[in-house]
Amino acid sequence: MTILTFTLAIFGTSILAGLLGALTGLGGGVVVVPVLALLFHVDLRYAIGASLVSVIATSSGAAAAYVREGFSNIRIGMFLEIATTLGALVGAYLTAMVSTKAIGIVFGIVLLYSAIASFRSNHEDVAPQHTGGLADRLRLKGEYPSESGLKAYVAQRVPAGFGIMFLAGGLSGLLGIGSGAVKVLAMDQAMRLPFKVSTTTSNFMIGVTAAASAGVYISRGYIVPSLAMPVMLGVLGGSLIGSRILIRARVSTLRMLFAVVIVALGVEMIYSSLTGKL
Amino acid sequence: MTEPMKKHAPTAEQDQRLEGAIAMLLRIGVICAAVLVSIGGVLVLRHPEAPVPNYRVFRAPGEPSAAISPHTSVRSIVAVFRHLPHGSGAGIIALGLLVLIATPIARVIFAIIGFARERDTLYTVISLVVLAILAVSLMHGR
Repeated sequence: MTILTFTLAIFGTSILAGLLGALTGLGGGVVVVPVLALLFHVDLRYAIGASLVSVIATSSGAAAAYVREGFSNIRIGMFLEIATTLGALVGAYLTAMVSTKAIGIVFGIVLLYSAIASFRSNHEDVAPQHTGGLADRLRLKGEYPSESGLKAYVAQRVPAGFGIMFLAGGLSGLLGIGSGAVKVLAMDQAMRLPFKVSTTTSNFMIGVTAAASAGVYISRGYIVPSLAMPVMLGVLGGSLIGSRILIRARVSTLRMLFAVVIVALGVEMIYSSLTGKL
Repeated sequence: MTEPMKKHAPTAEQDQRLEGAIAMLLRIGVICAAVLVSIGGVLVLRHPEAPVPNYRVFRAPGEPSAAISPHTSVRSIVAVFRHLPHGSGAGIIALGLLVLIATPIARVIFAIIGFARERDTLYTVISLVVLAILAVSLMHGR
């Protein structure tokens, strides 16, 4: 294999990973890392480095569209970014201290969890409740456009959401992924924010969270130009195509199919780690 | 801007303007990064017959100040800029990656300016804390 065919193969695979990541709502990173490791036998640390870069690209690329639509909440996002960036720093440090085997197993578990989470139904949006606590003092509230006009919301259970966000940041730093599924868990389930607000604000936060790991990754030597190049361009392109498809098509059947792919990747990741093949 | 009423309750209009500016910034950052990485990629692939480097094994990274080459790790931000005048493909890819990493950081700086102009002290401070955490990470990679 020459460098050209190798680069093209990685590029093509990354487009598919980005497409899959966008259509499942999981993000490209969580797909591209196991593919690089299992299919191309790239060392997990190089795979994580390339993925992290692609995660920043897709988050920033998609956020531009979401911010304009008025769904994402920059105040809630910024406040929770304190938790995710701190978590990311801790996670990025941990990559050098734990074995690739352990990283692979954690990765597999996150894949399995993400597959299940992508099926979670869109809960009923709660009416604004006044908590009188942290949410009020931090003004963690807003309005979002719904079918029946602007709807108001207030964040609930702020400390729980903050704690889960720290975990999301840690996983992002450890695995080189956006960990959007865990971020959505924090906002949608713990803080009871409207689903649309949760997913778009999560996407908005992913770039900043990943940037917090980037400096540590560079110092560790996880980022290689000729590998990061096709992965970043591919995942970015794939996710842009994916988000176009999402607007036009109903994807419930596709989702089912993709969830099976994600579960298979998760199982394979855990198996390969346990048998020392990673 | 100096009316006391707006001091604690930034208008939706102000918020929207800030959000619009942030959206524009993110888009420009990603496009610049993608263009730089593509140009660098074409330069690196000028010798398409070259063998595939070994990514199966993680090699202990070299000196942080070493020249940027396609198949070895970027070790420091300073090195990327120092070796940029050589105009190597790998150097341009690395620059594109740094532009990409800088984009969300610039977003935080933008938000700090925006919140400060809205006289939203609480969120100016919150954004500054996020920036400080990002700075700690970047100091590692400098």
